[in-house]
Amino acid sequence: MADQEINGSAAAETTRDAPVFVPPTDIIETQSSLLMVLDVPGADPDSLDVTLDKRVLRIAARSASSHPEGYTLQHAEYRDGNYERSFVISEPVDAAKIEAVFKDGVLRLTLPKATPAPTAKIPVKAA
Amino acid sequence: MLAYQGNAGRWFDPLRQMRLMQHDMNRLMDSLRVPALPEFPLMNIWTGPDGAVITAEIPGVSPDDLEITVHQNTVALRGQRMAEPVGEGDILHRRERVAGAFARSLVLPFRVDGDKAAATFRNGLLRLDVPRPDADRPRKITVSRS
Repeated sequence: MADQEINGSAAAETTRDAPVFVPPTDIIETQSSLLMVLDVPGADPDSLDVTLDKRVLRIAARSASSHPEGYTLQHAEYRDGNYERSFVISEPVDAAKIEAVFKDGVLRLTLPKATPAPTAKIPVKAA
Repeated sequence: MLAYQGNAGRWFDPLRQMRLMQHDMNRLMDSLRVPALPEFPLMNIWTGPDGAVITAEIPGVSPDDLEITVHQNTVALRGQRMAEPVGEGDILHRRERVAGAFARSLVLPFRVDGDKAAATFRNGLLRLDVPRPDADRPRKITVSRS
């Protein structure tokens, strides 16, 4: 909820008449990077969209239809729809080296932490 | 003198009133069921004249770890989903994905042919095709005018 309030995406609506799901996520911070694991079952790999705008990481995907031809739905526990979630990354990360791997319906993002700039020593001239 | 009848009559019978109240309360309480927790994996069931298609959302499980058994009209699915390993010194910020062993079994309204069942797994979605045996399929009967 807090993620949505910050970037204001809660007020925006989708043009497609499809529900928007918030994928469950695991976030693990290691010494060198931030690992995010998102469950996006049935997502179309082409529709996966991961963007980092300043500090806001946004993940969006659309699930491909799972409708089998010639069959009628008898019992439904899940629906096709869109996946959307955004996070505010508090750590400085190296945006150029972010890796995203999609496998078996799980999106795995590795955000390497930015190496802190070496402390600059400023010589003071005595005038 | 009127004969007393157990559960009928116009006489005010406190015992009977209590029994009725108990019955009403039981009925009220029975409808106050807590909805069942969403199970893992979530499944959709599709049926057609040739059989059924079961689709399930099982992200993050390798197809080798899935065990599917078909027996007469029962389809059972079991497997295990590993939790994301957290190493020494790592900080866990969020853990929302469910992990652990899961098992679900479905009873279909018809018999299915286990030998012809086929399963495919794509993008975390399992599709299980369970056709009906030829001998058990619904037959179309044409009506002829005599």
